[in-house]
Amino acid sequence: MVLTRAAKASRSKLLRPLTTSLSSTSSSLRRPFSSTTDDQTVLSIETSIPFTGHKVDPPSRIVETTPKELMGFFCDMALMRRMEIAADSLYKAKLIRGFCHLYDGQEAVAVGMEAAITKKDAIITAYRDHCTFLARGGNLLEVFSELMGRTTGCSKGKGGSMHFYKKEQGFFGGHGIVGAQVPLGCGLAFAQKFNKEGTVTFASYGDGAANQGQLFEALNIAALWDLPAILVCENNHYGMGTAEWRAAKSPSYYKRGDYVPGLKVDGMDVLAVKQACKFAKEYALKNGPLILEMDTYRYHGHSMSDPGSTYRTRDEISGVRQERDPIERVRKLILSHELASEKELKDIEKNVRKEVDDAIAKAKESPMPDPSEMFTNIYVKGYGVEAFGPDKKEMRAVLP
Amino acid sequence: MLGIIRRRIGFGGSYASTLERCLHKMQPALSASRCYSSAAKEMTVREALNSALDEEMSADPKVFLMGEEVGEYQGAYKISKGLLEKYGPERVLDTPITEAGFAGIGVGAAYYGLKPVVEFMTFNFSMQAIDHIINSAAKSNYMSAGQISVPIVFRGPNGAAAGVGAQHSQCYAAWYASCPGLKVLTPYSSEDARGLLKAAIRDPDPVVFLENELLYGESFPVPAEVLDSSFCLPIGKAKIEREGKDVTITAFSRMVGFALQAAEILAKEGISAEVINLRSIRPLDRPTINASVRKTNRLVTVEEGFPQHGIGAEICTSVVTESFGYLDAPVERIAGADVPMPYAANLERMAVPQVEDIVRAAKRACYRSDRMAAAA
Repeated sequence: MVLTRAAKASRSKLLRPLTTSLSSTSSSLRRPFSSTTDDQTVLSIETSIPFTGHKVDPPSRIVETTPKELMGFFCDMALMRRMEIAADSLYKAKLIRGFCHLYDGQEAVAVGMEAAITKKDAIITAYRDHCTFLARGGNLLEVFSELMGRTTGCSKGKGGSMHFYKKEQGFFGGHGIVGAQVPLGCGLAFAQKFNKEGTVTFASYGDGAANQGQLFEALNIAALWDLPAILVCENNHYGMGTAEWRAAKSPSYYKRGDYVPGLKVDGMDVLAVKQACKFAKEYALKNGPLILEMDTYRYHGHSMSDPGSTYRTRDEISGVRQERDPIERVRKLILSHELASEKELKDIEKNVRKEVDDAIAKAKESPMPDPSEMFTNIYVKGYGVEAFGPDKKEMRAVLP
Repeated sequence: MLGIIRRRIGFGGSYASTLERCLHKMQPALSASRCYSSAAKEMTVREALNSALDEEMSADPKVFLMGEEVGEYQGAYKISKGLLEKYGPERVLDTPITEAGFAGIGVGAAYYGLKPVVEFMTFNFSMQAIDHIINSAAKSNYMSAGQISVPIVFRGPNGAAAGVGAQHSQCYAAWYASCPGLKVLTPYSSEDARGLLKAAIRDPDPVVFLENELLYGESFPVPAEVLDSSFCLPIGKAKIEREGKDVTITAFSRMVGFALQAAEILAKEGISAEVINLRSIRPLDRPTINASVRKTNRLVTVEEGFPQHGIGAEICTSVVTESFGYLDAPVERIAGADVPMPYAANLERMAVPQVEDIVRAAKRACYRSDRMAAAA
């Protein structure tokens, strides 16, 4: 496949090597292996690249973290990575049906965001939602059960891959219509402001959704009404099979807000994501909406029915994996700061694998929803009205 | 003998219809089929909606109103008059002309637990936002297995106005009523407007509230209990506006008025029509409709919207599957003409059901066996 010049140029941008700035201001004494609980030692680490601002002064690229936090990042991202790969196998084994959009490669965005906020802040995203759900407090059993349509799933098997929710932990889904989640997210922010809660909403969307009209409608209202909404463009450079330069006249998504300031962030660097989200929350509470563009990458295709290699080269995919993988970056940081040994990290990955396998086994045992569940949750209040199946004389139910 | 008389009732001169005419002369108030216990106050539909909004906003601080011109302009049709002044700009919000954006914001606010009332200047513009009404609002409670409920009301004028042309005259009752997860209400009188809007705002599910511009200025007597701030009508229950025994006429919104006028005319010709004001299109009050048809054995459905796949089609199916043995004549359907609404006054008049259409259909439903005899 011949790549055009523009494609070659954008491809090389994706392979920008990690300037693994592993400098820190703490001493590099060999530490006892209590890193996973050490949240006192402060490590100051530089992000891979500085932030770029649009109509706003970007935050510093020196990020403060602790050994506990870094180890946590590694564990969380490793779990997410393993979960998504396992979902791939389950889909190919036909245990997952319909749509399955995998997030592997983008883990740093979910994990970094979570580190900067509380469960009282809200997150809403589109259909590539498995890892965000996990970051918000979901567990593996809920994920795999829902994917396989079992009653132990987070939506009792009635939602599927694109419809994960965890309202009490501030996760509002899980939406299948491209772009719809952005006005919804601005609505969540409206409610937070209405209630005077001092919390914010992060509404994530992709580079494909970034051109949606409703996004600009919602952004306009959010800016007019000073809503604490942060629009997060997870730019993985491909809207399904269409590269960003083919879909957007201006792929500088952080600038697309025009009158709304924006920040461009290396989405493969979990510390940069954390810093940006922390900055964004403070900003939004004072000044209204902000756009964050996370420069990230997905290793899988758009969904399980997309091999992901007809519109991009395998070299590009493996190149990003080699140069910019988010988990590898954290691994190198942990090793260079001697927070854990290679073996310990490998053990963590082994444990993660086991955790995922156990959850899958348990989910496979779980039952499918009872037929009566077909007619539940249509309404909160059904008034005793009747609902029908395909043959109303055969299948009817009374809605409570 | 009585049975034969009932079937040939249209001919007049029979014992039963003479008796009816005497009864009508004696009790004119009863024939209007509205029994009020006390002297009634008059209220326009506009006042009814305004007072309902006011009271619900007063009772629940989570209720807020959002839409184009609802605030400073006092409402495009003055339905929200005075509300901005009373509740302030945090609860009465003027939006830009961006339906997809503000409807989505309304649904998001509902996800978080607020109770938005989103106004569409007319439901024709709701098509800009229909994805949020259907995919973001209606289906969320189901897809999340009960985690995300959406206590939102989408309201505004629906159907034909006067001379506004094809893009501003469509009726969306059938469109929204086909979607599980939504509730669709269609008030007619001021009592309906007050009671149903209050019920809609209190309801924890997404409600599409279809008003009618031409009804806003119409005045109806309302009994004292309707004026109470706790007054509420049940969702999913139709009202028998006028009792009758020869033919059932179902209608909603403005057509209820036309059906009642038709019933008056039919009564003079000896046909006693039972007029049902549907009030609720989803849930549809199938039991009331079927019980009525089992009594009268004949049905005329009336609606303003396009005929194909409309409300009348659903009512007909319900009656044919549940009460087939009771039908003495095919179901008659009166609907808007199957054309985009024309502008010229004479064509517009032809495109919307008129009282004479309803009368003619009711007579057809009643003369059915007789016409066949005449043809033979």
